[in-house]
Amino acid sequence: MAGRAQPVSAYPGISAALLVAALILGTLGAVAFRAEAGTGFGASDWAALRFTLTQASLSALLSVGLAIPVARALARRRFWGRSLLIALLGAPFILPVIVAILGLLAVFGRAGWLSLGLISLGLEPVQIYGLHGVVLAHVFFNLPLATRLILQGWQEIPAERFRLAAQLDAGPLAMWRLLEGPMLRRVAPGALAVVFAICLSSFAVALTLGGGPRATTIELAIYQAFRFDFDLGRAALLSGLQLLLTGAAALGALRVSAGEGFGAGLDRAVKRWDGQEALARGLDGFWIILSAAFLLLPLAAIVLAGLPGLAALKGSVWQAAGNSVLVAALSTVILLMLALPMAAAAAAGRAGMAELSGILGLAASPLVIGTGLFILIYPVADPFALALPVTALVNAVMALPFAMRILVPRAREVLGRYGRLSLSLDMQGWSFIRRVYLPRMRAQTGFAAGLAAALSMGDLGVVALFADPDFATLPLQIYRLMGAYRMEAAAGAALLLLMLSMGAFWILDRGGRWHAEA
Amino acid sequence: MLRLETCRIMNGDYAVEADLEIAPGACVAVIGPSGAGKSTLVEAVAGFLPVTRGSILWNGAELTRQAPGKRPVAMLFQDGNLFPHLTVAQNVGLGLHANLRLSSAEWSRVDAALERVGLGGMGTRKPAALSGGQQSRVALARVLVQGRDILLLDEPFAALGPALKAEMLDLVAELARESGATVLMVSHDPNDARRIADQVVLVADGKAHPPEPAAELLDNPPPALKAYLGSA
Repeated sequence: MAGRAQPVSAYPGISAALLVAALILGTLGAVAFRAEAGTGFGASDWAALRFTLTQASLSALLSVGLAIPVARALARRRFWGRSLLIALLGAPFILPVIVAILGLLAVFGRAGWLSLGLISLGLEPVQIYGLHGVVLAHVFFNLPLATRLILQGWQEIPAERFRLAAQLDAGPLAMWRLLEGPMLRRVAPGALAVVFAICLSSFAVALTLGGGPRATTIELAIYQAFRFDFDLGRAALLSGLQLLLTGAAALGALRVSAGEGFGAGLDRAVKRWDGQEALARGLDGFWIILSAAFLLLPLAAIVLAGLPGLAALKGSVWQAAGNSVLVAALSTVILLMLALPMAAAAAAGRAGMAELSGILGLAASPLVIGTGLFILIYPVADPFALALPVTALVNAVMALPFAMRILVPRAREVLGRYGRLSLSLDMQGWSFIRRVYLPRMRAQTGFAAGLAAALSMGDLGVVALFADPDFATLPLQIYRLMGAYRMEAAAGAALLLLMLSMGAFWILDRGGRWHAEA
Repeated sequence: MLRLETCRIMNGDYAVEADLEIAPGACVAVIGPSGAGKSTLVEAVAGFLPVTRGSILWNGAELTRQAPGKRPVAMLFQDGNLFPHLTVAQNVGLGLHANLRLSSAEWSRVDAALERVGLGGMGTRKPAALSGGQQSRVALARVLVQGRDILLLDEPFAALGPALKAEMLDLVAELARESGATVLMVSHDPNDARRIADQVVLVADGKAHPPEPAAELLDNPPPALKAYLGSA
């Protein structure tokens, strides 16, 4: 390696990356080994594959299709609350899935606000369970993501181009042909691929709103094979199929997408001269109000429904909440111990690492890792007793690609700016890490830790595999309450979970930026 | 004496050749067109860039394979010379021990160095609370406590105004005279060279020429230098 010398060694990061790879590939190996005992695909497995692909395609098309007019409206309008709405578009990322589902049920469910309105008009109530419910929930989560991705495309059109277009008196069609069409052809495929890849490994949504032979995803089928039939061979076979799917989709998504900027700048409004006529203004207003309502109403519903239940929460809920806090804390620590060395290694010239972890993290499915871990642990220990650490570990690995996207650019900046100075002061290894790397990375570390804690707090995935009836995290407890039709208690617990997730994110993100010099 | 013996320095995909000697205690300006390899030359002396052929010697001892922090070299960069999250005194103290475990005698040396550069009593401040000129003085105080034989300047005062820059250069010359350090200073401004340098190394067309007396060279430039300086 004949590059520049660096004050920090890449080896701890490379070891961490190898550890992650070993976990993902080792569990896959364990699964594959078991799968040979399987008996091939049955009709229900093909149905699960078909449903997975159908719902992911529909979710991607709807999310991106709706995101285009919303992003366009946000890109060219300035209004009160605009930056708040854009900030809110980032919220579903750390919103626990089970909380959102309860919110969606309160708005779109059989006894929800929409159905009540329809009934009062003498119409039939809507039905949320099944394919359209799954797609609705996926659009709720991914419309904001797609909007952010596409908004970024709009923001990246240089302001001079809009000035030139205005100078040429370009109408809506010419604007489309000159600026917007080419931009969307560049950005939209990436957004479609990312949403499609995310929806492929949908578990919690399918678990709560799907189910039955006609609405089962592969992830859910793995869970059922495992949990109801304890058919490890079949679970393993399905895991292999799932990994093939997500791996291919993740590779596709990485090829066509430029990667989402978590960064600032999305609330900047570019000065525009087009679209001033009444029709365009009305349409933009319509899309902004519709998207804001679609995002805010379920959240409002959860707060309203949860408040009465919050006071009457049982001890079991508090116990589950305690478990969730423990899982989130442990998961955050594991994540940082993996991601900080990996970011340093990536910044010190091992750029392949960041990409590798991105691919592995996107392709890895929590249920597959969980199945593999179960197979590995089963002969030597009681897997159910290890539910808490296993959940924390898997959550940390799932948060890793996001953490890397936050940490690596900053680590590059720190090493680029202070690497030579530190070397010339003979400041290397631990003293560089303690005196320079960690202090300079603090704000980004806090942000990444906040995301990891919130994601882990709200996760309903591998814990469903590993938990015995005596153990629950808060999301799992909410799911059990829903299953027992105790909706008021579920809503109260969901509000608690919402506060815990957002609170953990806020504290860690804030703590990172507290007294941090630029 | 600093010797670069038939050196070939790689910086990405271009190379700079150097075969020259610099007398101990000299103050040498490195000038030449931008992109010719001025920074490349001093970064090789500091140990940041690989020397693929030849060797670098200080008083007969081979430096070529030594790590940057182990060389008898202190360096100031164009920017980022101070850590914004450390206090002024800590930034200076790094020059004594990079892990900042300093004895009270060493902390007094830090205070004395700050006093010397005119920043007495400012040790507890953060760099952001200082002006640009004061920040440069902090970096110079660190160079002072480092007490290395060779001082490399890669245009650290480029962002300062003309008067402040002249003040800093005078301070550098003063400190170097006191400690007897050998100074190599990258500059694109011939006035800097005239102000404090007694010799000039011209870097042009991938080659660093041996040092020549500053005044004579600048008054009577060879073609390569003339092309850079212009006819003025």
